[in-house]
Amino acid sequence: MDQTPINLLEIRDLRKTFSVAGGLFSRPLTLTALENINFSIRKGETLGIVGESGCGKSTLGRCILQLLSPDEGQVLWLGQDLTKLPAEEMRKRRADLQIIFQDPLASLNPRMTVGEIIADPLRTLRPELNKEQRRGRVLKIMEAVGLLPEMINRYPHEFSGGQAQRIGIARALITEPKLIVCDEPVSALDVSIQAQILNLLSELKDEFGLTLIFISHNLSVVRHVSDRILVLYLGRIVELATGDEIYDGPRHPYTRALLTAVPIPDPRLARQRNIDALKGEIPSPINPPSGCTFRTRCRFAKPYCAEHRPPLETIEDNRLVACHRWREIEVPEEAVLGV
Amino acid sequence: MKQVLHVEDMSVTFALHNSEVHAVREMNFSLAQGETLAVVGESGSGKSQAFLAIMGLLAKNGRAGGRAMMEDINLIGMEPNQLDKHRGKDIAMIFQDPMTSLNPTLKIKTQLGEVLVKHRGFERDKAVQAATEMLERVGIPEPAKRANAYPHELSGGMRQRVMIAMALLCQPKILIADEPTTALDVTVQAQMLDLFKSLTEDFGTALVLITHDLGVVAGVADRMMVMYGGRAVEKGTTDDLFYDPHHPYTLGLLHSTPHIAKRAERLDPIQGLPPSLENLPKGCSFNPRCAFAFDRCLVERPPLAPTENGREKACHYEGPMAYGKVA
Repeated sequence: MDQTPINLLEIRDLRKTFSVAGGLFSRPLTLTALENINFSIRKGETLGIVGESGCGKSTLGRCILQLLSPDEGQVLWLGQDLTKLPAEEMRKRRADLQIIFQDPLASLNPRMTVGEIIADPLRTLRPELNKEQRRGRVLKIMEAVGLLPEMINRYPHEFSGGQAQRIGIARALITEPKLIVCDEPVSALDVSIQAQILNLLSELKDEFGLTLIFISHNLSVVRHVSDRILVLYLGRIVELATGDEIYDGPRHPYTRALLTAVPIPDPRLARQRNIDALKGEIPSPINPPSGCTFRTRCRFAKPYCAEHRPPLETIEDNRLVACHRWREIEVPEEAVLGV
Repeated sequence: MKQVLHVEDMSVTFALHNSEVHAVREMNFSLAQGETLAVVGESGSGKSQAFLAIMGLLAKNGRAGGRAMMEDINLIGMEPNQLDKHRGKDIAMIFQDPMTSLNPTLKIKTQLGEVLVKHRGFERDKAVQAATEMLERVGIPEPAKRANAYPHELSGGMRQRVMIAMALLCQPKILIADEPTTALDVTVQAQMLDLFKSLTEDFGTALVLITHDLGVVAGVADRMMVMYGGRAVEKGTTDDLFYDPHHPYTLGLLHSTPHIAKRAERLDPIQGLPPSLENLPKGCSFNPRCAFAFDRCLVERPPLAPTENGREKACHYEGPMAYGKVA
C-alpha cells in the first residue's frame, strides 16, 4: 500500500529578500520578494500560482527547488527540510523535484543534441546507468512527450518553440520526478501550440502520477490546469482556494479584480462585463504600503487597513484569505463578469 | 461610415540570398472611421508585416506591392520624405515593447512635443503643454511630473500609455496597435483596452489591433480578419466569427484558447505546427493541420470569397464543423 503522506510539500513561514543597489552613495536597499508564505501541496494535485509581474511567483518556485535559498522558513519535502539539506544530499533530491522554464530555447544548451540534453540529468543522478540504458530511457521519454526518435541527434536551433518546450519537458521527466515546477511554460508559445503543451502536461501528469506547481500570470490558463490556485500580491499570499471557489466566489478584492480583468474569449460576455479596474500600478516591493499591501489599489480599503497587516486566515476547509474585510464584502453573483 | 483606409491586393515579399519569401499575399480590406478591426494570427501569419508595409517600416530586404489608399493617397511605395508628412499625423503605429520605441536619452515631454512641433507647427512651450494634457487624457497620474521623466523611470504600463499619447497627439485617423498589451499585466491590460475603446468613441480613430489573443479581440473589436500563412482566411464581424466560425482554422483557434468561464477537461487544439512561409503546403496552406481537408484541398488553393452577411472565407469545405472534430 502506498503510504506516502498526503502532503508532499509543506512551506512554512517562508521569507526571501534581495539586496538591491540604492544608488552610488546610498546603502543597499532591501526588497522583500516573499513574506509569510505558508501552504502545502498534496500528492497528485496541480497547484496554480498566479500574480502580476514582480509578485514573487517565480521566486517562490525557485525557493521551493532550492535554486534560491530562502532567508527564513522551511520547505518540507515529505517532512524533510530542504533548506537544511547539505548540497550533496540536495543534488540527489533533485531527481524528485524538477522544473520547466518559460523560454524553451534559451533553457537548452545549443551545443548539445536533443538526446544529450535529455540524458544529461541521468549522468549525475543515475550514474549506474550505462550508455545504452540511458539511450533507451531517452527514447521512451521522447515518445511520451511527442518527439520522434529520429530527432535524437538534432540540435535545439532546428526546433520550433513548441517542440523545444517538449524537449524541456522530457529533460524534466527523465529522472522520474514526483514534483515539477512549471514556470510560465506556455507563455512564449503560439495559441495552438500552447493548447497542445497544456494537454500534454495533463496527460503526463496522469501517466506518471506527477504533482505540478504551475506558475503563470494567465488566470485562464491556471484555472484550466489547476486543482487549487494560490494568488500572490507583492510577495504575500492573498488567497488560496480551489479553482471553482476562486471562480465562483473570490474572497479577496485583488482576486476579484484579477478575475474581471482576465480577457474572456466571448464577445457577448465581454460586453456584459463590469471590469473592476484597479487604480494605478503595483507599488514597489522595496517600499511596500503599510498594513495591507493591497490597500492602495483596493476600493474596499478603510483607514484600518493601513495600520494593520491582515493575517492569512483559514476560512473554510483549506481555504485561505488575507483581508480584514472579507466577511463584509459581498461577492458578486457572476464574479467573472463583475455583476 | 466614412472609409479611412482601403487596402487592395497588397503583398509583402522579402529577398533572401537566392530566393524570395512571400510574407503577405493578396490582402484586401477597408477600415471605417471609429471602427476597430482585429487582425488575428500566429507567428509567421504575416499580420505584423502587412501593417509595417503600410507604415513604410519594412526591413531593407522587404518590398511591398499593391495599394493602401488613405483617401486618394497610396501609402505603398511612397518615398520616405513624403510618407513622413502622414506618419504620426494621419496614421500612427504602436508596438508591443514601448521601451524600444522611445528614445532613452530624451525626456518624455521632448519626445512628445517634437511630434506637434513637426506636424502641426506648434511653438515649443505650447507643444509641451499640449503633450502634458494628452498624458493626462490617457490616464497618467501626475502628468507634469511624468513629462519631465525619462522613459526608464516609468513602468511598462506607463510607457505604453506614453506611446499611445504620442500616437494620439495629432489625432490620427488610423491607429495601428501591434500586440499593444501582450507585455502588460492583466489589470493594466484591462485599463489599456478601456482606453482604446474611449479613443475610438471620442476621437473617431479607426483602430487596427494586431494580436494573437482572442480574449483581447472579444472585448474591443467590431470586425476580425484571421490570417494564416500570409493570407486572410476569414473575415467578418467579431460576433459572427466567435459564435459561428466558417473556417476550420478560426474554429481551431477558438478551441485552443482557455476560457476562464468554461473549464473544459481538455483543450481541443489544432494539431501540428504553423507552416514555414518558405515552404508552404500546396493547395490550401492549412490542409496538413485541418480535420476537414479533402482531395481538392491538397491541390487547389481556396480563394477568399464572400459568403453571407458581408463575411468572407477561404475554404473549400462546406459541411458542418462539429465541436471536437478539429482535434
